[in-house]
Amino acid sequence: MTTALFLQALVSGILMGGVLALISIGLTLIWGVLKIINFAHGEFLMIGMYLVYFLVAKMGWDPYLTLIVSIPALFLIGVVIFELTIRPILKYPAINQIMLTVGLSLVLQNLALIFFKADVLFAQTRYNTALTIGSVVVTSGKLIAFIGSILATFILYWLLQNTDTGRGIRAAAQDGDAATLMGIDVSWAYLLAFGIGSACLGVAASLMIPFYYVSPTVGEFFGLIAFVIVVLGGMGNFLGALAGGLIIGVTESVGAAALPGSLSRVLVFAVFVLILLYRPLGLFGGKQR
Amino acid sequence: MKAVDRQVTFTVVLFVVLLFIPTFASQYIINIGFMVFLYAFLATAWNILGGYAGQHSLGHGLFLGIGAYVSTYLFVSAGITPWLGMWVGAVIAGVTGWFIGYLCFRYGIKGAYFALVTIALAEAAVYVATNIQAIGGAGGLEVPWKGNNFWIMQFGSRTGYYYVALVAAFLGVLLTLWIARSRFGYYLISVRENEDAAEALGVNTMKAKLMAITLSAFMTAIGGTLYAQYFTYMNPRSVFGEGPSVQILLFAIIGGIGTVWGPAVGALILVPIAEITRAELSGSFAGANLLIYGLILVLVMLFMPKGVLGILGSLGKGKKNSPGEIGHEPVGSK
Repeated sequence: MTTALFLQALVSGILMGGVLALISIGLTLIWGVLKIINFAHGEFLMIGMYLVYFLVAKMGWDPYLTLIVSIPALFLIGVVIFELTIRPILKYPAINQIMLTVGLSLVLQNLALIFFKADVLFAQTRYNTALTIGSVVVTSGKLIAFIGSILATFILYWLLQNTDTGRGIRAAAQDGDAATLMGIDVSWAYLLAFGIGSACLGVAASLMIPFYYVSPTVGEFFGLIAFVIVVLGGMGNFLGALAGGLIIGVTESVGAAALPGSLSRVLVFAVFVLILLYRPLGLFGGKQR
Repeated sequence: MKAVDRQVTFTVVLFVVLLFIPTFASQYIINIGFMVFLYAFLATAWNILGGYAGQHSLGHGLFLGIGAYVSTYLFVSAGITPWLGMWVGAVIAGVTGWFIGYLCFRYGIKGAYFALVTIALAEAAVYVATNIQAIGGAGGLEVPWKGNNFWIMQFGSRTGYYYVALVAAFLGVLLTLWIARSRFGYYLISVRENEDAAEALGVNTMKAKLMAITLSAFMTAIGGTLYAQYFTYMNPRSVFGEGPSVQILLFAIIGGIGTVWGPAVGALILVPIAEITRAELSGSFAGANLLIYGLILVLVMLFMPKGVLGILGSLGKGKKNSPGEIGHEPVGSK
């Protein structure tokens, strides 16, 4: 692999890694607070992407203007699905929760297949201009997506650290019972965490549409990769997820340049399994098992 | 007569009755029958690990794919009959399962993390298979038609496949009946209910779990060969992917996890529904059967968390159908 090719792969990987981090932060928030693994996370992203695609391709919106719709829409979808399906089973065994969200993902994916057919859609926007820095070429859409994702991550992080609501959510994540005793409305915190975790996907959807295609199964890959990143960064660990996103983005991108076919995906899952085996609390987790 | 003997008698009688179905049923019914038995068998295999030992694998597609690919590859490239290739695939899957189990259990991976490891490995297998040209890459493998011949597991009508799957499901249920009453079965249940306590009482939990995953993987691969012979085509996504992995456990979960008959009951209820939906709607709605599966799964998890047999069992004993009695740990509690 030449240096130029490596640099190109590295930069592409970092840019994509930012978006992956944002997607994973939604998942890690839900996982950390509710202790529920949402297997429908990728499908929520898919819904967001269809929404943004229609606003952009059919109604001529600027992709970044769609944020004012995609964020509240995904928040609302998250909240409704949480109230209807997740809240009733919060106390159930893990396998029930896993199967419920697996069921949700089947429903959402196949509903999309029925409504939108299996076609792969791509929105034409004016954010495809190539920017050249040395030998590296990036499109403006990817650069904006990266900056936007990092910005969104830090805004969310700041809110969680510095507002009362954020502290309430973090308290509920640490110990629900103790938080209740301290007068925190834990059930409200759960709702907010699920809503905000889903809203992250609204942001990601708006940022991705200028350079990523939409299809009913687009969420499958992102859902799985988000698990990889969350585990890598440590469950519920925000900055860990950010680092994990960048690591996986670069691994995939550089792997794709170096390995034949789609073997870089195998690399990603290999990293995942190794992390689970040797550092189950994540790369940055404190005391390991 | 003891309860277990009654159950064995019932199983044998049911088996004999089902042997006669093809004498009067249409090929359409026989097709549904085959699918019911195949999925009952696969879900029964999953149930040994997921239901009895309480280790919820979300990646059984890995073993299904190994079974399908190994027997088909041996058949296509060396002319080895699937009757033999089936056992080769099963042994390879068994060893793979043992190895995965060894790694996971050795490092204390359980609960949701075990589910994630298995799903990741199955997904990785999709990409590995996609990149091996000898087994057709992304295009997959086809089982060539060599004429109606029992010795290569190819039949001119669906009836032949029906009998093969029926025998598999029958043996699977008998095996589960035995496990449920054996020392091995009690070990598995003790692992599921409270691993630390089981360990303290002298149960070799590591060995019990390893036996469960090996047996489960072995059986799933046999189902994979049947799948390949019947559908005569496979590609990495269709056997290794998330779809088949979820389908396998769906029937066990909906029928009643950790029960002898749950997987079979789940398949008996769901497969006809899915097949009829597919036949009625697939023209206009591709994916309608998976949509139905998903909906049923969500509803069952919400309203009868212990599955159909869980509800029936609770009615009989006047207990509430609460999931707490299954005794698994919630996600994240370690």
